[in-house]
Amino acid sequence: MSQPTVVAGPPETDPPTKTPPSPPITADDQTPYVVEEPRKPKRSKLGYALVAPAAFMELFIHIIPMLLGVWIAFLGLTQLNITNWTTAPFVGLQNFINGLDPRGTIGQQFFETLGRTLLYTIIVVGLSWVLGMAAAVFLNSAFRGRAILRTFFLVPYALPGFVTTIAWAFMFNQRDGAVNQVLVDTLHLFGDDRPFWLLGSNSFIAMIIVNVWQLWPFAFLMLMAALQTIPSEVYEAASLDGASLWKQFRRITLPMIKPANAILLLVTSLWTFNQFNVPYVLFGQSSPKEATLLSPLIYQNSFVSWNFGLGGAMSVLLLIALLGASLVYIRLVLKNSGEDND
Amino acid sequence: MIETRNFRIARAIVLTALSIFIAVPLYVILSTSFKPLKDVSGVFRWIPETLTIQPYIDMWTTVPLARYFSNSIIVTVTATVLSVIIAVLAAYAVARLSFRGKKPFTLIVLSTQMFPGILFLLPLFLMFTQIRTSTGLQLQGTLGGLIVTYLTFTLPFAIWMLSGYFAAIPAALEEAAMIDGTSRLGALWHVVLPVAKPGIIAVAVYSFITAWSEVLFASVLTNESTKTLAVGLRAYASQSDVLWNQLMAASVTLSLPVLIAFILVQKHLVAGLASGAVK
Repeated sequence: MSQPTVVAGPPETDPPTKTPPSPPITADDQTPYVVEEPRKPKRSKLGYALVAPAAFMELFIHIIPMLLGVWIAFLGLTQLNITNWTTAPFVGLQNFINGLDPRGTIGQQFFETLGRTLLYTIIVVGLSWVLGMAAAVFLNSAFRGRAILRTFFLVPYALPGFVTTIAWAFMFNQRDGAVNQVLVDTLHLFGDDRPFWLLGSNSFIAMIIVNVWQLWPFAFLMLMAALQTIPSEVYEAASLDGASLWKQFRRITLPMIKPANAILLLVTSLWTFNQFNVPYVLFGQSSPKEATLLSPLIYQNSFVSWNFGLGGAMSVLLLIALLGASLVYIRLVLKNSGEDND
Repeated sequence: MIETRNFRIARAIVLTALSIFIAVPLYVILSTSFKPLKDVSGVFRWIPETLTIQPYIDMWTTVPLARYFSNSIIVTVTATVLSVIIAVLAAYAVARLSFRGKKPFTLIVLSTQMFPGILFLLPLFLMFTQIRTSTGLQLQGTLGGLIVTYLTFTLPFAIWMLSGYFAAIPAALEEAAMIDGTSRLGALWHVVLPVAKPGIIAVAVYSFITAWSEVLFASVLTNESTKTLAVGLRAYASQSDVLWNQLMAASVTLSLPVLIAFILVQKHLVAGLASGAVK
């Protein structure tokens, strides 16, 4: 891809690029453009009118659901009163006590799942980053076939995730899958036993492979764009000084793409931490216990075992954690795109 | 980077390995979709013995694939169009106008796009139930209800991306038009939108792709007649067996529209995504 032609900047800041020579523009963040003498109330009114549909939808699809989500964590909501849920009894902290007490079986499962989800996130994001980085570094050099490879590497990102997950489910099939065909029949790695990949502890590995396959092209895409912002003279100067490629990578590449890296790692971590589709399509409604992640666990509690209050309590904890993470994200994005726009 | 011999060797190895990693599942999907059923049960064969297009014919009658297809198209296109229209207005206001409450609005838009669907699923489910009880309006299990839930992820993304695109367009363009007597809305329509067209198309395509692949809402909020492709494909699996060849044929067929759309707008999409507005 070429240099980013369109720059997504933070709404708060002025577009610093291509600032027109006239009329003069104030650098003030709060008042972006003063053309003639605009009457302030009129301007505000138009702003409200334009935002109104979006604000209404945000209220209906995000804000009310989030408040409601917190509220139902305090209700005794079961399949008996779900259709008439406004009459569900208020149970206070009972859901939290039942569901999240580490000494109880449900609480134990919750904390195990939380730990597993964190481990899963670290592995998937780490592997995706390494693969994406390798591809970005090597595709940043000139050679024949580069353009084709660049598009080809984005294909997993463009395909619907459920399609490629189904394909992997087919490949991981114990009896007649392609994975066992290679590992057992061709390489004779497991003797005569064909391992199960979608049951037991192997399912965790299988889920990681599928997720990395889908995620790393995104890391590649972002890192590729970040690398293109580094001027090649920097590398030329460094290699004249005799710096090895590895040293150049560590001393120039990594520091210079730090802001893009921070956003990339945070975003991919959040996506992976929230992963639902891969386990759901790979395993069905209930994952093997060695491969249960947080989002599927909440789903399972709410829509498989009809324990809505418990699902709600877990959602509240997840919500709090994500609020913290997205605050970090917002700071990074606003700061970073402010710097990037030149 | 200065290329040494070692660099070239490492490049060849890494890029070949990654290409194989990507290509294998794609090859499995494609080759399986052209195999007769007897060849897909039993150990996987990399070189198909017989090639047939029969799976592409049978897949339409084994399951109501056409209905899933039309459901997916209706839901995805409507959600995309709705979110782009709503987002164009809001994004323009965010990028160009000052109004009270702008900051909280942008913060909510930015943060909610990081939240998983599972947080909104149960509350929306309950809201739909409540709306039916109090007004008789049926949302759960309908395509309309599903479209609303798809806005939970298409709308914040579209607002954020578009406000970035709009902010990058020189304000002088509209100012010139406004000095000529056009209203601000007129300037938005005649000046900004044409300039932002590639960005708008890229945002629409990306929304389309995400909505087309959505699994969670579709699995809870649809019924037999409103199922989308993402959950409808399950029907190729019966108690005893999975019709893998037809399943893969259907997968190829439903992937083609998004793959083509992606490749067409790849450049703009990549530029927009890469410049900070992610997801």
